[in-house]
Amino acid sequence: MARRNLILILAAVILASIPLFMSFEGEKVFGGADGQAQDAIHRIRPDYKPWFSAIWVPPSKEIESLLFMLQAGLGAGLLGYYIGLRRGEAKGRRAAEGDASY
Amino acid sequence: MHIMEGYLPASHAIAWTAVSAPFVAYGGYRLVRIVNKHPETKLLLAASGAFAFVLSALKIPSVTGSCSHATGTGLGAILFGPGVMTLLGTIVLLFQALLLAHGGLTTLGANVFSMAVVGPYVAYGLFRLVRGVGGSLAVAVFLAAAFGDLSTYIVTSAQLAMAFPDPAGGIAGSFAKFGAIFAVTQVPLAIIEGLLTVVVVNVLTSYSRSELESLSLLAREAP
Repeated sequence: MARRNLILILAAVILASIPLFMSFEGEKVFGGADGQAQDAIHRIRPDYKPWFSAIWVPPSKEIESLLFMLQAGLGAGLLGYYIGLRRGEAKGRRAAEGDASY
Repeated sequence: MHIMEGYLPASHAIAWTAVSAPFVAYGGYRLVRIVNKHPETKLLLAASGAFAFVLSALKIPSVTGSCSHATGTGLGAILFGPGVMTLLGTIVLLFQALLLAHGGLTTLGANVFSMAVVGPYVAYGLFRLVRGVGGSLAVAVFLAAAFGDLSTYIVTSAQLAMAFPDPAGGIAGSFAKFGAIFAVTQVPLAIIEGLLTVVVVNVLTSYSRSELESLSLLAREAP
């Protein structure tokens, strides 16, 4: 399983890296798709005014990335805890079964 | 796929909220039921939510020269059914709307519908279908997660097209424009999400057999 998963993860990393080696025109290379959609809305309906704005906006790019990191970090931490716990349990079980058969 | 705060006309915002609300309520009902019936799967439930948390935080570059993120909702939909992911996905979207100014409260209904309703239901349906016709677990998981992810972005494109029809091409013309921004960008990301979801399911089938059996994802058989 470990080998198979390593190949899958490697494939995911390669897929995510390919665009970095491509060249693109325009000033907003690797901008967010959400922002591009916003621009497209303004092109289709130049008169459209958003009628509600975010109640709180992260005061800087740094704070925004802090919160995104926090989101990813909390998720990864919990996921890692879960997998580690179950792996340890499975190992313990196998060891106990191994002892019993002697 | 986040439609930004205020970027849906009020009538659309209200309509999508009304459409999504019953799904969120059903998700709450399903969550309580699963926790009561299979309390041993609580931690796996949290881990599935965590997977969606991680994947939706990572903005990944795509072949279109822009960045987007995966959704991570396919895993939980496969394990616990789509309803539960509606609730967990809504929590993720609420977190991003309130703390990151990503998405918004007025557009929450629409964003919930694409990421937390259509994505998980497509993933779950496809998983059942592929398993039903005899596809392997890995293939079923991959297709479910990848197309669940992609369907979310197709729905977002359709939602924006309906709200902002192109003056010349109408809704179809507008759908083509938003689809080019969202759906095309999403293709490699959907594949990445499919691959990573298979990785997690591989790990689960090795170490969490009993939980998967109690969720009847795996038949009770000797490993």
